[in-house]
Amino acid sequence: MIVRILGGGQFKVDDAATAELNRLDAELEAAVNHDDEAAFTVALTGMLAQVRALGSPLPPDTLEPSDLILPHEDSSMDEVRRLLTDEGLIPG
Amino acid sequence: MGVMKRVSLVFKAKANKALDKMEDPRETLDYSYQRQLELLTKVRRGVADVATSRKRVELQMNQLQQSANKLDDQARKALGMNREDLAREALIRKSSAQSQLNDLQAQYAQLQAEEEKLTVASQRLQAKVDAFRTRKETIKATYTAAEAQTRINEAFSGISEEMGDVGMAIQRAEDKTAQMQARAGAIDELMASGALDDLGGRRDDIQSELDQISAGSDVENELRRLRGEIAASAPKQLEGGANGDGQPNGGSQVQSGQVQSGQAQSGQAQQAQQTQYAPPAPSAAGLPVSDLPNANEQPQDGEGL
Repeated sequence: MIVRILGGGQFKVDDAATAELNRLDAELEAAVNHDDEAAFTVALTGMLAQVRALGSPLPPDTLEPSDLILPHEDSSMDEVRRLLTDEGLIPG
Repeated sequence: MGVMKRVSLVFKAKANKALDKMEDPRETLDYSYQRQLELLTKVRRGVADVATSRKRVELQMNQLQQSANKLDDQARKALGMNREDLAREALIRKSSAQSQLNDLQAQYAQLQAEEEKLTVASQRLQAKVDAFRTRKETIKATYTAAEAQTRINEAFSGISEEMGDVGMAIQRAEDKTAQMQARAGAIDELMASGALDDLGGRRDDIQSELDQISAGSDVENELRRLRGEIAASAPKQLEGGANGDGQPNGGSQVQSGQVQSGQAQSGQAQQAQQTQYAPPAPSAAGLPVSDLPNANEQPQDGEGL
């Protein structure tokens, strides 16, 4: 499974790690839904750390699209919300 | 559905939308490649812009540091003159300059981080663009338009994700830079108003009071120093006059040195050297003692050239 951290490149993560990532992702989503910035930061930091710990960076010259994409390291909750909307943050 | 999946779907939707616009898949390849090159230029310009902002902040930090040092110095002088009120005022301004400085240091670090991120992003994009170009040529050479479709979609969605990512990085850097520039402008105004500094405008007051206090004694000191200098140089001038014969000698030694060095070179360079070496001769005249070392040194310089 390929995971991209926005601004941080792509990682190849073993499928066995999926459950753990999904659990953290659910926490992240709950934090966004409850407007809980503190919980959001904790969940996001934990998730990015997991991906970095469990995954190995993909060489930059591969053209494979990612299965999952994670927000930037220092994203605010507001930024992530806008990222989730279609007219969101991705330019072009 | 979790955040990760949704974000990746948004990216995919973006890529598909761009793909759908193209009628001939081969056209997609060239068009996309063009856009990639444009984005590369843009991200490099972004790096340069952030660097410019960072340098501006650096300049302001230096100015503020100078102000803080100067105000500290003034506070010391004021205390030395038993003017605690002035010292206090100087220290208040110093602390204001210092807090601005701390603020700028934090922003400087942020800009540095942003610059680094963009630099890495541009390297990553460059690697992907190179890979895409190779893939594009292979696809064009190997497959018919119909066969190529799937391969093109793969290559395209991979690169378009990267492009979206880099595009966001540029946007973020631009936002940060704009914030910094607004702040930098505010600090420029603050400095111009004199609240942090000590030159011109309102800031004159500490220095001018200090100056007034010390002016009286300074003038006396200067007078004493000038008298001393005049007294000391008067006999030397006489010596210089008596030593008049020795001086042209020194001059001709210098000249021969120049001719030596001049032989190795030609025309204008030689002239330029002569004018370069000319000044030491008169200055040596005033202090006869230095005649010898000077005359010895210059031929050495000439040989060195």
